[in-house]
Amino acid sequence: MASRFVSIWFRHLTTDWFAIRQLAVAKHSGEAKPLLKDLPFVLRAPSHGRMVITAANAIAEMKGIAPGMVLADARALFPDLEVLDDKPDLIEKLLKRLALWCIRFTPIVAIDPPDGLLLDVTGCTHLWGGDERYLEEIVKKLNARGYDVRAALADTLGVAWAMARYGNEPLVVAPGQHIEALLPLPPEALRLEVEAVERLHKLGLHQVRQFIQMPRPSLRRRFGPQFMMRLDMALGQEMEGIESVIPIEPYQERLPCLEPIVTATGIGIALQQLLETLCLRLRHEQKGLRTAVFKGYRVDGKIEQIDIGTNRPSHHVAHLFKLFEIKLPTIEPALGIELFVLEAPKVEDHYAQQEQMWEGSGGLEDERLSELIDRLAVKAGAQAIHRYVPDEHYWPERSFKPATLQEKLTTTWRTDKLRPLHLLPTPERIDVTAPIPDYPPMLFRHQGKLHKIVKADGPERIEQEWWLQQGQHRDYYRVEDEEGYRYWLFRLGHYHEKTYQWFIHGFFA
Amino acid sequence: MAALQTDILRLQGFKPVNSPAVDMGLGPIRDAFPNATFPLGAVHEFLSDKTEDTTATGGFMAGLLSSLMGSSGAALWISSSRTLFPPALKSFGIQPDRFIFVDLQKEKDVLWAMDEALKCGALAAVVGELQEISFTASRRLQLAVEQSQVTGFILRNRYRHLNTTACVSRWKITSLPSEPVDDLPGIGFPTWRVELLRIRNGRSGVWDMQWRDGKLLPVYKSLSLSQGQQQKTG
Repeated sequence: MASRFVSIWFRHLTTDWFAIRQLAVAKHSGEAKPLLKDLPFVLRAPSHGRMVITAANAIAEMKGIAPGMVLADARALFPDLEVLDDKPDLIEKLLKRLALWCIRFTPIVAIDPPDGLLLDVTGCTHLWGGDERYLEEIVKKLNARGYDVRAALADTLGVAWAMARYGNEPLVVAPGQHIEALLPLPPEALRLEVEAVERLHKLGLHQVRQFIQMPRPSLRRRFGPQFMMRLDMALGQEMEGIESVIPIEPYQERLPCLEPIVTATGIGIALQQLLETLCLRLRHEQKGLRTAVFKGYRVDGKIEQIDIGTNRPSHHVAHLFKLFEIKLPTIEPALGIELFVLEAPKVEDHYAQQEQMWEGSGGLEDERLSELIDRLAVKAGAQAIHRYVPDEHYWPERSFKPATLQEKLTTTWRTDKLRPLHLLPTPERIDVTAPIPDYPPMLFRHQGKLHKIVKADGPERIEQEWWLQQGQHRDYYRVEDEEGYRYWLFRLGHYHEKTYQWFIHGFFA
Repeated sequence: MAALQTDILRLQGFKPVNSPAVDMGLGPIRDAFPNATFPLGAVHEFLSDKTEDTTATGGFMAGLLSSLMGSSGAALWISSSRTLFPPALKSFGIQPDRFIFVDLQKEKDVLWAMDEALKCGALAAVVGELQEISFTASRRLQLAVEQSQVTGFILRNRYRHLNTTACVSRWKITSLPSEPVDDLPGIGFPTWRVELLRIRNGRSGVWDMQWRDGKLLPVYKSLSLSQGQQQKTG
């Protein structure tokens, strides 16, 4: 679904709020003071030792008073100007409050300081009967509260922002029309830095259409990467995320108990209930949990908790219960647990797999296998489970690497050189009699036993990977002794350097 | 004659496996099994005295596993002291990445993990490295596989005493000198002496086998050491 965004611009956010508040107070007390909204008034704040206007209402602005003016200058022009003290952090607070209020229109609302809100309204507008009605409703509701707003709806945040501030009616940009809507707007509409805007005006580029066709490299050279990013955001070529004031609700279920629970059965029942509600929700949203934490809030204020992890997303109640069951005895209820909370901090997409007509050995993709691995991991720890995929190294100890259950092979297993089925964790020193350099040994002694070598293959030289580890190379020999046992021996270093050593490294089948 | 044999087996309480018979590539050994099929969905026990023989056993077992796992099956290797080198499995026709290794601290945990794993029908086979296994424990494993039809292998290296177990068979694989190939110097194909010490409803025997070109081949005519005595156990 194509994304749709609304940008709301509060033209006189703080002054509107002062007017609304004064109106409410006046209504309450029945005073007949002249209403602020009918008077020119400004807000002031000290700056560098003098009073500066921070905001002016619509009437004052019409008379030529703009924020940033020194208060004394404005007073000189209009002696009867109403002046109120500005409050620090007022904008932040107001925007936050308005954003929360806007949750009624869409779940994702972000504040856009200093004077706006951004709404992700993808898939919301049809509930109000279309884009126009939706936007009209927002503006009407905000106007009714006393705010002077302009709002625009478009495919990208950038264009919605631009249309709200600089666009002409209609402020609903039809899907796919956002570039056309952007063309007649001034460069300020692109949310650029002040210098970039000034430079554009200086160059006579007063509308987006005048420079949007220019070659990108020259635009980038002249105005910098920030400029290009803003342009791409407006055109929808670059993703722009918004941070919602209310984060999407985490996967959490709570179960308060009337009486504190002290028995294992009770805890089990609580867990079962929580899992059922959580898994039902997960199933509806086509999600599965990867980790879960089960917490018990004890009467004495302590928190008992157990956690589990799964190898692949799951919303299978019975399976998850089994995982928790292994750890349930570690919960110490003491005087009783009054609140149970089940959280799923890590949740991933989980699509229902097609049911199989018959059960086969499904291999690594089988859900039953990953459930088994989960159970083993809960009991023995995840570090006990290993799966290996080949790694591109000749050094035997590095020729494979640990992998997760789902990881695909990036390279194939080598078969050109034979490798022993049993490899000693560390090569063991052996005493060797070798006839001439670079020949396989005739005899070797390992763990007190003398082996007479009958047949041998080799050498296979494996060099150190100097970028990983320094050291001498190994010359490997496959040898078979009189009794028919096959070994993997190697000589570390060159024969003629007299510093070489012999090792046994593995056993062949 | 064959029909009569099948009838007798059935009367003796032998349940033929209903899963499709897998050709294990065992050649002459096959005749030792009941109905001439390798018992799937059962636990097999392998004995070895020293590391060299454990390796040979591993090789033979890998040969069996490769036909069990086919092209997509997965298997578990549970151990408390694993020295298996995964890349080497490839030369026995197994994709080492389809093996999941479970490395545990204690032998008790290995037994528990094996019991859990054998209940999981998604696996083609489960290998457990255990030194000792009691009759009761082996019975538990046997009950687990009867449900799930998974094949289990117990590798008993340096076992201390040889007790009765509920396993369907007991094997002993030892290394044999390899034969030169076409009079070329060097080491030939892996060669083993395969001793089937005990098989339920079958005939035990001894064979010399070679792993060659991805299958088990008899080295020469099966040694007629098989005593012809039919051992019944379990």
